Amino acid sequence: MTPNELLYAKTHEWTKVDSATKVATIGVTAFAVEALTDLVYIELPAVGKKVKAGEPFGEIESVKAVSDLYSPVTGEVIEVNGALAGDLGVLNEDPYTKGWMIKVRLTDEAPLGKLMSAADYEKQCSEEGH
Amino acid sequence: MTTELARTPLHDWHVAHGGRMVDFAGWSMPVQYTSIVSEHQATRTHCGLFDISHMGRLRFDGPGAVPFLDRLVTRRVTDMTPGRIRYGLVVNEQGGVLDDVLTYRLQDAGGGDYYCLVVNAGNRQKILDWLAPRLAEARDVTMTDVTRNWAMIAVQGPQALELVRPVLEIDPAALKYYTGRETRIAGHGGVVSRTGYTGEDGVELMLGANKAAEVWERLIAVGGVACGLGCRDTLRLEAAMPLYGHELTESIDPYTADLGFAVDLEGREFTGRDALRRLSGQPSARTRVGLTLSGKRVPREHFPVTKDGAAVGEITSGTFSPTLDTPIAMAYVDRACAALDTKLMVDIRGRAEPARVVKLPFYRRQK
Repeated sequence: MTPNELLYAKTHEWTKVDSATKVATIGVTAFAVEALTDLVYIELPAVGKKVKAGEPFGEIESVKAVSDLYSPVTGEVIEVNGALAGDLGVLNEDPYTKGWMIKVRLTDEAPLGKLMSAADYEKQCSEEGH
Repeated sequence: MTTELARTPLHDWHVAHGGRMVDFAGWSMPVQYTSIVSEHQATRTHCGLFDISHMGRLRFDGPGAVPFLDRLVTRRVTDMTPGRIRYGLVVNEQGGVLDDVLTYRLQDAGGGDYYCLVVNAGNRQKILDWLAPRLAEARDVTMTDVTRNWAMIAVQGPQALELVRPVLEIDPAALKYYTGRETRIAGHGGVVSRTGYTGEDGVELMLGANKAAEVWERLIAVGGVACGLGCRDTLRLEAAMPLYGHELTESIDPYTADLGFAVDLEGREFTGRDALRRLSGQPSARTRVGLTLSGKRVPREHFPVTKDGAAVGEITSGTFSPTLDTPIAMAYVDRACAALDTKLMVDIRGRAEPARVVKLPFYRRQK
């Protein structure tokens, strides 16, 4: 269910780091998508935007509520998944590949050390009462 | 700090069927089972079932019930014929709304009259506290809080009457809108009324708590879709029905809320009448309006409404309308900004989004 090759933030974002290019791909987990349900709107940053680990990079809105999307990494946005806004259903179907949100060129790798493995993240989710 | 949440007679069913349980006014209630949008659409196109057993149900007996209730609610009770149900308000001496309520005049099998008040779950204790000193002084009326003895199920949608017909002794289509009566529900004693909170046709059933699961299961078996409080909110908002705690509070009067129809001022005495008479004579500073937004960001409760940079109002409820596929909201705005088609802005977390005043309700069913 939760891909092993990714890193996870407490706030339910996943990160895939390409160690050669120092580029991180970021999205939200299936757990988060299921908790949100009925997504209506997503706002993602523009290319060139600086993001900082632990700070919001966008927002996602459901019928019931809005949630901030928190960046798990620090760096500069180099690519944005522009197709997502037009088809939020992708987040339900494929949150870990087609549902990616932004790619960030890392300027500081230290925050990666705070991210969780898939096993630890699953443990957190079960504690949150799935 | 953690207090045990109250459970309806259908609580176990909700949990067993994937209900996402939340604390609603001290009750453990399902916000949704599948998704808010799919449950919303099931109610608009077919038939939704809602456990509304958390609503407060108060029964009044005795020859003093009519004068007692007539002094309590803003709507006249003295001329209600058997079976009539009226929407009204309980207001304080200043005319602030304590609750919005339905008053039922019912008859038991022997033809004896009694009355019911259905109050909001979150206001039940407040209303009981409001009633206690008044009951102590009243003559020939007894009040019984039957909330926990009775369950309440709303059956709502274009197929609702057809779906519920087999479990009722009477034909629900024979009931006029806002009337109700005692009947047998799956063979058990209960009350059926042609009422609801979704903007659809349908009925609400009151029945013994220990019979609720049986009736609920029968309605599920014939195609009723279990619906949570999430879509109850989106449905009532599309239908522009006020929700206590949002459009109604103790600092809102009935005229500001555009509920003047629910106030009968003439020829009667009730708590708050003098204040309401004064308020009725002048236009309120603000009034309740509907807004639609052209973007996708959703206005939520308490967001400021502005015009030319100046604050002119506040959102009371907002959602993304599944039927209209656009964000909608109700708001209180200055009367000068309340005309249809007025262009306003809503401050959505620091960014102004364009909005337009539209006619309420947002959704009206085809009859």
